Amino acid sequence: MKFTLSWLKDHLETDASLEEICARLTMIGLEVEDVDDKAAFKPFVIAKVVSAEQHPNADKLRVLKVDTGSGAPIQVVCGAPNARAGLVGAFAAAGTYVPGIAVTLSVGNIRGVESHGMMCSEKELEISDDHNGIIDLPDDAPVGTSYAAYAGLDDPMIEINLTPNRPDCTSVYGIARDLAASGLGTLKARPAPSFAVEGETTTKLTIDLGDDRHLCPGFGLRLVRGVKNGPSPKWMQQRLLSIGLRPINALVDITNYMTFDQGRPMHVFDAAKVQGNLTVRRAKEGETVLALDQREYKLGPNNVVISDENGIESIGGIMGGEHSGCDENTTDVLIESALWDPMNIAKSGRTLGIITDARYRFERGVDPEYMVPGLERTTELVVQLCGGTPAKAEVVGYAGYTPKIVDFPMSEVKRLTGLEVSSEESVAILTKLGFGVEGSGERVNVSVPSWRPDVDGKADLVEEVMRIHGVDNIVAAPLPSHGTVNGKILTTLQIRTRLAKRALASRGMLEAVTWSFISEDQARLFGGGSPALKLANPIAADMSDMRPSLLPGLLSAAQRNADKGFGDVALFEVSGTYEGDGPDQQRRVAGGVRRGTASLNGAGRLWSNAAKGGGKPVDVFDAKADAIAVLEACGVPMGNVQFEAGGPAWYHPGRSGTIKLGPKIVLGTFGEFHPKTLEALDVSGALCGFEIYVDAMPEPKKKATRTKPALDLSPFQAVKRDFAFVVDKGVEAGAILRAASGADRKLVTGVSVFDVFEGASLGEGKKSIAIEVTIQPVERTLTDEDFEALTAKIVANVTKTTGGVLRA
Amino acid sequence: MSELETLERTLLADIDAAGDEGSIEAVRIGALGKKGSISELLKTLGTMTPEERQTRGAQINALKTTVADAITARKSALKDLAIAERLARETVDISLPVRSSPAERGRIHPISQIVDEITAIFGDMGFSIAEGPDIETDYYNFTALNFPEGHPAREMHDTFFFNEDDKGERKVLRTHTSPVQIRTMEAQDPPIRIIIPGKTYRQDSDATHSPMFHQVEGLVVDKSANVANMRWVLEEFCKAFFEVDKVTMRFRPSFFPFTEPSFEVDIQCDRSGPIVKFGEGTDWMEILGCGMVHPNVLRSGGLDPDEYQGFAWGMGLDRIAMLKYGMPDLRDFFNADVRWMNHYGFRPLDMPTLFGGLSA
Repeated sequence: MKFTLSWLKDHLETDASLEEICARLTMIGLEVEDVDDKAAFKPFVIAKVVSAEQHPNADKLRVLKVDTGSGAPIQVVCGAPNARAGLVGAFAAAGTYVPGIAVTLSVGNIRGVESHGMMCSEKELEISDDHNGIIDLPDDAPVGTSYAAYAGLDDPMIEINLTPNRPDCTSVYGIARDLAASGLGTLKARPAPSFAVEGETTTKLTIDLGDDRHLCPGFGLRLVRGVKNGPSPKWMQQRLLSIGLRPINALVDITNYMTFDQGRPMHVFDAAKVQGNLTVRRAKEGETVLALDQREYKLGPNNVVISDENGIESIGGIMGGEHSGCDENTTDVLIESALWDPMNIAKSGRTLGIITDARYRFERGVDPEYMVPGLERTTELVVQLCGGTPAKAEVVGYAGYTPKIVDFPMSEVKRLTGLEVSSEESVAILTKLGFGVEGSGERVNVSVPSWRPDVDGKADLVEEVMRIHGVDNIVAAPLPSHGTVNGKILTTLQIRTRLAKRALASRGMLEAVTWSFISEDQARLFGGGSPALKLANPIAADMSDMRPSLLPGLLSAAQRNADKGFGDVALFEVSGTYEGDGPDQQRRVAGGVRRGTASLNGAGRLWSNAAKGGGKPVDVFDAKADAIAVLEACGVPMGNVQFEAGGPAWYHPGRSGTIKLGPKIVLGTFGEFHPKTLEALDVSGALCGFEIYVDAMPEPKKKATRTKPALDLSPFQAVKRDFAFVVDKGVEAGAILRAASGADRKLVTGVSVFDVFEGASLGEGKKSIAIEVTIQPVERTLTDEDFEALTAKIVANVTKTTGGVLRA
Repeated sequence: MSELETLERTLLADIDAAGDEGSIEAVRIGALGKKGSISELLKTLGTMTPEERQTRGAQINALKTTVADAITARKSALKDLAIAERLARETVDISLPVRSSPAERGRIHPISQIVDEITAIFGDMGFSIAEGPDIETDYYNFTALNFPEGHPAREMHDTFFFNEDDKGERKVLRTHTSPVQIRTMEAQDPPIRIIIPGKTYRQDSDATHSPMFHQVEGLVVDKSANVANMRWVLEEFCKAFFEVDKVTMRFRPSFFPFTEPSFEVDIQCDRSGPIVKFGEGTDWMEILGCGMVHPNVLRSGGLDPDEYQGFAWGMGLDRIAMLKYGMPDLRDFFNADVRWMNHYGFRPLDMPTLFGGLSA
């Protein structure tokens, strides 16, 4: 909402400065977004050309001596065709910034003659597009004074960012009322319009909306005969221009002026072009109208229109029709002042894609009680500016306004805001804003004025009192302490999410945040793509489906980095994936990918591991280690966790695994990727990844005590023994480890694989797995016989479960 | 020269000449071993007269001590020599580079870090963290939050919708974290003090808008929480978060459907340079929206607005991250560019706490 300072002062008697007014506007909730104090115009002064001589070296240039009202005449080189001695115009001295050409003037030398400034055209001042010559003012324009002041261009423009709940402040008058209530001046009364009425408005209006009368709760119409529709007066044009509106003709300018001055959108029909009577009705399916913006709109029953025998003449409350618009030939004018349903206007405007100042006001709510006074005031302006004879107005369908009554305990102000405001002040504020206050004492009945549809209840009245009393008066008061040392405030899931992030970052990985939505193809590739998870209005075609997995986003991100020359990347994300649209179907997943040689120890080649083939590409075991790190960080008891070969379809079937806890709980998956997955994602390079379902981990067991169990240290030395077994190639090392551990759960405290070997010497389809077993005597030092017995049991166990043979 | 003197001279010369532990040991055995030259001489002591023993015996013993000492000294010198040689042999070029620690290479995304910072601050004020789903019903995202039917935000241009289901309902991607206010009030009796960080979605994309972004929201509901308390909470938060001694805030009346009265809050700052500085300057920057929970919202949460009252506020997590740490473009947050993550990310061991400071 834009307006100028002088316009505001039409309605507000005040001595306050521009700065004070702007500060107050913001503090009462009318946030000032922009102020143009027109300082840019200040350097331009009215000056008179004393002499104009032909430029010695240029046919089209003249050398002027210009009297600027102070000091000796100044020499200016000028190319304007109308530059002549005696001309009075607008002068800019060297050093002035000229907005129309975006140049700061300097003393110039034009073809050998010095020029100390410029006589300006209207275009150079950005007041019009006229560049045919320099500004040519009447002879009596006061030389030496400000051109902007003379031309009325120095009126500061203020723009406020109006919140959608304040239709009353879509008008300069309403803004003045708010400022006056806040004590920044006095609201000037709106004088009763005065004009003589003669005859009837012969065009009749019918509201034909059946039971949906709320779509048009009132319509005022008046015919004015014998108007002369020329340009509107300069003051009106300047005000419209200063808020960015283009003056058209007096009748149209008056409606625009009323829209901003009173928040009362008006419409004018050229009565000669209206055929028969007017009807307010729903448009028929497919009916069209050529609107004032020269565009044709296809309408339907959801749009309310005003029609005559020719068809649709106006889209009610949104935009008039081109056919019956007013131009310089209009002699009889029909003035419309109507009310429309805010919701219907908002919906119509949105579906038609029309943004107008009328729609802006009607969808917020126009004061119903000003429908008729607005028609009167508009008629007065038409008579003043265009002459003519107004007929008696037709007012149809308006049922009057019944104010809402709010039962208001004065103590609400203190309860909600902490402010101490006396009852007297509260009543005074509400009264100044136009509310009616009935009763006295702590509880009063407050009636809501017709221009405040936003006010419903007690809290709204508290806001009114508070914002006018001054929000700055609210002094911060500590929130009462909860009176105890903080306990744990995070849930297990929140704690594990945090731990997973820190654990993965500690493994050299970078945390990414990727889009929750991916393309349908990618979603399908990772088990998603269900209709319930498809956006109806995605922002882009490849961001259409809620992701079933973090991996496609991370793999694409890794590829983007590789394309920029950073091929060795380790990325992770701990975030949501979506199995369905229910609140319990959003999973919490920790996922990661490694690309190239980005292993735990670092990417790329390094002298120290050159012998070991440094820069080894990442593989399934890098992903497995990451997955385990997340589980361990989150406190999952690893002894019970099982690793099964193979994972979901997007993984390499022979180089992936599924992590389970018991037969039912899937904790995660890991592996290298299926070549077809990588191809479909258009990614390449050595890649491995994992996903851990953080929300699948069971809650940790509640402990009765924080005390740790007693530490039982064996006094006997632990012993390590090596075994190598030859097994079929398909036998899992994990089975050998389990068998060795199971030989004696008490004595065997650790088993690790230290070598895996395949070779012709072992025979076709065989491999050798070498393990190191840690034996921890508990009760006594073990004898040779004890060791022999244990060793035999280990070998027997392994042979029994895996068919492995001890390698000689 | 006596026979003993000759022997001494010979032995000492041999000791000096011994170049390694083997040869010095040979000298020792030759002199002091069972059949060594000095040992043989010592054996003769028993055959001597007391007088002879006094003179010659003393001489032999002196010889033994001298030679033994010389051998010990030589051995020690040889050992030092050997060590010195070994050390020289083992010397490496310590300028060769080593791998950096993985914990030094890894990075936490600024969003995660900021959530931890906020958790630390509000945890101290007795708040806990609440979360909710990204996919919401129209009821939780709009209706329960007092968005009237026909509110522009309900329409296509701002909100991501899913297709209608069998019941004719269409779910939305939550446009704010506020649905969690309702879910919390439904699940928990007052007093309520929660912080709600999370992902939010709107159909918007430019340097400061992204179709996916993050918000953090706060909610306090009890029987006395008012605007003055809210002002205190937000001032304390801003001071702690931006790590400045004082902040000047400006509350402007504003409008949100779910609060009444509502405010927008500006923070005083210096925007003259490339980086915004808080706690100084004369500019104002809008930083959050807040207000007293609207009576209709309390009712949606099953609470009587005449008995309970409270306040709520919300702000862009990405935005306050940008303000504090200076990232210029929101879209980079979701691009996973390693250079950006290395530069703007946080080391995993940089854990924000109040006792250790939020940021290093």
